[in-house]
Amino acid sequence: MRPTRLHPTVAVVAGLVACFFALPLIGLVVRAQWSTIWSDLGRPQALEALKLSLVTSVAATGASVVLGLPLAWTLARVPFPGRSFVRGLVLLPLVLPPVVAGVALLAAFSRRGIVGEALYDWLGIQLTFTTAGAVLAETFVALPFFVITVEAALRNMDTRYESAAATLGAGRWYTFRRVTVPLVRSSIVAGAVLSWARALGEFGATITFAGNISGRTQTLPLAVYLLLENDPDIAIALSLVLVTVSMVVLVALRDRWLERA
Amino acid sequence: MNRIASRRCASTTRRGSAAVALATLATLATLCAACGSDGPETASGSSPPSSAVAGSLTVSAAASLKVPFAKIADAFKAANPGVTDVEINFDASSALAEQIANGAPADVFASADTKNMDKLSSAGLLAGSATVFARNELTIVVKKGNPKRVASLGDLANVGVVSLCGTEVPCGRYADQVLGTASVTIPPDHITRGQNVKATLAAVAEGDAEAGIVYVTDVTDAVDAVAIPESANVVATYPAGVIGASANQETAGAFVRFLTGREGQKIMKDAGFLPPA
Repeated sequence: MRPTRLHPTVAVVAGLVACFFALPLIGLVVRAQWSTIWSDLGRPQALEALKLSLVTSVAATGASVVLGLPLAWTLARVPFPGRSFVRGLVLLPLVLPPVVAGVALLAAFSRRGIVGEALYDWLGIQLTFTTAGAVLAETFVALPFFVITVEAALRNMDTRYESAAATLGAGRWYTFRRVTVPLVRSSIVAGAVLSWARALGEFGATITFAGNISGRTQTLPLAVYLLLENDPDIAIALSLVLVTVSMVVLVALRDRWLERA
Repeated sequence: MNRIASRRCASTTRRGSAAVALATLATLATLCAACGSDGPETASGSSPPSSAVAGSLTVSAAASLKVPFAKIADAFKAANPGVTDVEINFDASSALAEQIANGAPADVFASADTKNMDKLSSAGLLAGSATVFARNELTIVVKKGNPKRVASLGDLANVGVVSLCGTEVPCGRYADQVLGTASVTIPPDHITRGQNVKATLAAVAEGDAEAGIVYVTDVTDAVDAVAIPESANVVATYPAGVIGASANQETAGAFVRFLTGREGQKIMKDAGFLPPA
């Protein structure tokens, strides 16, 4: 594509908006206590939060991919009655305030919840206040990001390749594995990365549903929130870690998630 | 700003330059307007604060004061018709103190402990000294019906998940003190820390926490209370002070005096708080 000439007014507005986003990050870098940053990050509460966040966000991403693929496929390819409604349901967590999502999860999965009660009474399983509960909360908010990305890719891809594979004798699972997935691979990766980033940053649903137990459910955002009052230096160091990791991931993605399949 | 704009558009036409200048001016104007509004003083205009008790007031109050302060705000407005609005911001005292130290616009700060008030006064942020207006005590709360038969602090060690306030939130520090005095150790992976006392209570009332430690004044119909013996209990002291940066010091001072006055004390007593002394 030929590069467009930049209109000056657009340049100014774009520049100012970019500044708006850069300023908080610059502020964070300036505010950080660089002399003690490694010892701050090495404190037990910080390390536990970092480790826990890594574990829960990766688990939530895995769940989002495994559970999201079949769902994205169905929403993209199978015209069933009520499809728009189901799509709306699945995408609801995108617009729901996270604490509201947490309250909703409690209503369903707490020991007095519609499903949680049965889980506890029959199987002795309690999801609240557990790491699994934190993963559940993160998956709830992250999965929609995966579904929305992959569903769009599946809709926009050229289905003639799949038809060609069928005429050549390929079974449906073979076609999915060897034709469809490679064609939407970049969207699957982009969707997974977006889900991971969303899961990593989740606060409201986690603290409401899984609680705030150090080492078990106190993920990075929860730790930062509590540490802000006790030990602002550690909080800012942890914030910088989150910001750096997110920036690296987003920059590495570059334009991939805007690309068509 | 203008220098950056001209560097970017070195090759524009005259019409382009005019558009750039307009856009820059518009943005600057918006930014300045945003800077200009910073708190209650704009509500009463730019005139110097009057010496009467009037205008609007912003109060930062500990979460445990939610119920009585709503009534006190109404009573204060009724007693002082010049006061247009009393806006109260409820949260953990530690969070509020941090906000005020970072320049949040508040006229009065009512804390659930002296530690957070001292934090502000030693930073020179208070106007004058703080006045203690109430005291409180802690209690154990359990699910309605006390299904786990919690009878004492010791039972908290093996009841399941216990909800306490964050370690720097006053009720969290008090709770840790109480548990320390009673030599009870709850396993750390059974303690969920709430942002403030109301969230801590909600974990027991609505969530799956088996028990929690909150103030006696926070007990609602959704939970049952189990008393803590006086020997182990802690008395929380609630001071209130006027913030030095307040533009409405007269009204702020009047509010603090109202808290220790007859009407204010009656409302606090009805809410279950202990008198200041």
